Amino acid sequence: MRRLRLVPQDTKWDFFSRPALWLGISGALMVAAMVSFFIQGLNFGIDFRGGTTIRTDSAQEVVVSDYRAAIDPLGLGDVTITEVFDPTFDEDQHVTMIRIQAQEGSESVSADLIRDVEAALKTVVPDISFVSVESVGPKVSGELIKTAAIAVLLAIGAVLIYIWLRFEWQFALGAVAALIHDVVLTIGVFSELQIRFDLAIIAALLTIVGYSLNDTVVVFDRVRENLRKYKKLDLKEVLNLSINETLSRTVMTSVTTLLALISLFVLGGDVIRGFVFAMIWGVIVGTYSSVFIASAVLLKLGVKRDWSKPSNTGGNQFANIDA
Amino acid sequence: MLQIDLWKRVLIWAVCALGLLLAMPNAFYQKVEVRNDAVAAIEMGQSGNELEEQAASWPSFLPSGLVNLGLDLRGGAHLLAEVQVADVYEARIKSLWPEIRDLLRQERATIGTIRLQPSPADELRVKISEPAQIQQAATLVRGLARPVTSLSGALQNDIDVATEGDTIVVQLSEAEKLATDERTVQQALEIIRRRIDEVGTREPTIQRQGSDRILIQVPGIGSAAELKDIIGTTAQLTFHPVVGRGSDAEQSPGAGNDIFPSLDEEGVYYIVESAPVVTGEELVDAQPSFDQNGQPAVSFRFNPTGARKFGDYTAENIGSPFAIVLDNEVVSAPVIQAHISGGSGIITGRFSVEETTNLAVLLRAGALPAGLTFLEERTIGPELGQDSIDAGRIACIVAFGAVLVFMFLSYGMFGLFANIALILNVGLIFGLLSMIGGTLTLPGIAGIVLTIGMAVDANVLVFERIREELKTSKGPARAIDLGYEKALSAILDANITTFITAVILFAVGSGPVRGFAITLGLGILTSVFTAIFVTRLMIVMWFERRRPKTIEV
Repeated sequence: MRRLRLVPQDTKWDFFSRPALWLGISGALMVAAMVSFFIQGLNFGIDFRGGTTIRTDSAQEVVVSDYRAAIDPLGLGDVTITEVFDPTFDEDQHVTMIRIQAQEGSESVSADLIRDVEAALKTVVPDISFVSVESVGPKVSGELIKTAAIAVLLAIGAVLIYIWLRFEWQFALGAVAALIHDVVLTIGVFSELQIRFDLAIIAALLTIVGYSLNDTVVVFDRVRENLRKYKKLDLKEVLNLSINETLSRTVMTSVTTLLALISLFVLGGDVIRGFVFAMIWGVIVGTYSSVFIASAVLLKLGVKRDWSKPSNTGGNQFANIDA
Repeated sequence: MLQIDLWKRVLIWAVCALGLLLAMPNAFYQKVEVRNDAVAAIEMGQSGNELEEQAASWPSFLPSGLVNLGLDLRGGAHLLAEVQVADVYEARIKSLWPEIRDLLRQERATIGTIRLQPSPADELRVKISEPAQIQQAATLVRGLARPVTSLSGALQNDIDVATEGDTIVVQLSEAEKLATDERTVQQALEIIRRRIDEVGTREPTIQRQGSDRILIQVPGIGSAAELKDIIGTTAQLTFHPVVGRGSDAEQSPGAGNDIFPSLDEEGVYYIVESAPVVTGEELVDAQPSFDQNGQPAVSFRFNPTGARKFGDYTAENIGSPFAIVLDNEVVSAPVIQAHISGGSGIITGRFSVEETTNLAVLLRAGALPAGLTFLEERTIGPELGQDSIDAGRIACIVAFGAVLVFMFLSYGMFGLFANIALILNVGLIFGLLSMIGGTLTLPGIAGIVLTIGMAVDANVLVFERIREELKTSKGPARAIDLGYEKALSAILDANITTFITAVILFAVGSGPVRGFAITLGLGILTSVFTAIFVTRLMIVMWFERRRPKTIEV
């Protein structure tokens, strides 16, 4: 029986022939991401900057200017109204998202505001229904940003320590460099495309961290094995060999994960589309970075080769418990 | 080589069977849900043929645990409230005034006359006319202090007494404030729970968050505003001595007093002492009833302490008016006719029957000890939740199908084993979720889809490894054995690191994010289990029957 093979058998590709090129591309992308982040900023959802979002549903065609005319007299400051289109909607389903900025001088959420907006919209579109209304006060949103940032840093820190214990510190740095690369590029994409960045995206970011790591660790595991097997081989050769040997698995896993995620992206509805997009992007970037970034950093840092002498780095005493 | 003990085989299949059994009720979600509700209703003491029938609709020997659907899937309301703990300090400190006044009055001969000074809300300032005796007066007041009944501050007093010239300043001590905060939040939590229970909705979540916050999630409720009405309506009943009556809302009530409007007489204001004689907290019962004229009223009964205080007060103050105050409005201010000793009474006003019923419910549930500020509120309509479930279900099925086909095309027979393991895997996730009573949220569905994609990873690692080992032609059995052995460290390392992030997400995240962390974490556990044990067992069993000379992976 013929097997589907995404990667030819026994590849001997040289992944380090042009290290400057790959590191250059990644570096440039990261700089671009940061520039975009600092100039344009993220399109924070209400989770992070407070305010109210109202999701409306009506059988009538949406005329955004009518909606705006109804809400503007209330004087609520910055109000964005966007119509949402999605293939999963019924034909007579017209959905909008209305976002109202956090109101000055109030720590909490005002029930009157929501009532006023709903009443105003009802006069323009009588059959409108409010399928979800979410408000977050400025006090909580500030804390949410803080806990989110802590979560991401904690995750990266914990992983750094785990890999350091299981491998060597050079591996840990390589893995974390790849992680930071992935997180920065993901944030860059969100700021460049102005996709709404909310609490769920933090979950996606952390999953990307987990996924990218998964990939990196599999490659590193093979590197560790090959370092012992081929004691005389050049580190670069060992890395190349390891990446080639695991390449088939790397691609297979990425493809199955992408298959699952893409079906969710297309069919899962608009509510989680941003979230799924982040993960799809993360899987692609994560796969790339575990091959090109993590290993390249490892190559730059070098690795202790002589395993016969007792190590004084303290790092590998846990390394071999079940290999 | 390629041997698995019988007891291990039995155990592996038993775990799978148990997981699937636990997951099964979810396939009949609505039916089981109706049944569970009926059983719960019968346990609560309700009965009826219909309930019995519903309860019997699902065999009782089968597991009936269901995966809870999160608010974003079921629809409902979510509120994050902050308890204004400082509110209580004021009431606490003001309630000290009558005691201090009586104490110092007895010593009028030495310390002179006393006077309550205007002060910030959380302190009491008492001026005496003989500044020389200030220390003695302060010592007297200190005698009123009680040790704080908390573990941490067991040796501290509940009040701090200081002197400033001729003024005694009384404040709550830090330890007392902490203890008060704790009590206030606990009490608020309990009252919110009771009020929501009175309304009777399914599986509300009422949780304390941090030191002074309460998270309230009620599935199936129309809107957050409705929920706020249920929990935010205060019914703080207090009885105050009346100082005077007037028609000017702006007039100064004087230190230690408050001015409250009358509930049904327009433009009438009562000046009352701030410290209540008795409060609604000391009520044990309240029922709607009628007064002697047949008007709707609410009758109430005090607990023994409340009854004694009320009795003493009425005995000492026959002929003077006292005010029944509800939420800072004077319901009525009757003149005390006689000593009321039984500890029960009746509130009359211009109430409708419905109002008295509600008031009685609110009085029974007790008043919130402090105000609530709502920091976050979310309403998710049931249609949106249903749409999300439908979309998620289709996405899961398509994702599933795509991965199954892809795996079969890539690994043939071995791919088929992996596919069976994958199906088991999703079953196990649901089984575990049902068992621990976990909540499935929309990101949680994404977590499952992601797991479907990633669950095959462990199998892929093994299969690729077996392919490699086959190249060095050691014979199929040896290659399979080595494949599992050598892939193990990569599988464990890769999954442990992902598991670490899931744990961190669970610990730091909230709501939907936590739901995602749960499915991701469970998915990692089940996928490692199925890859290491289940697929391996299937391969071994297949190998034992066929004994192939060569295998193709």
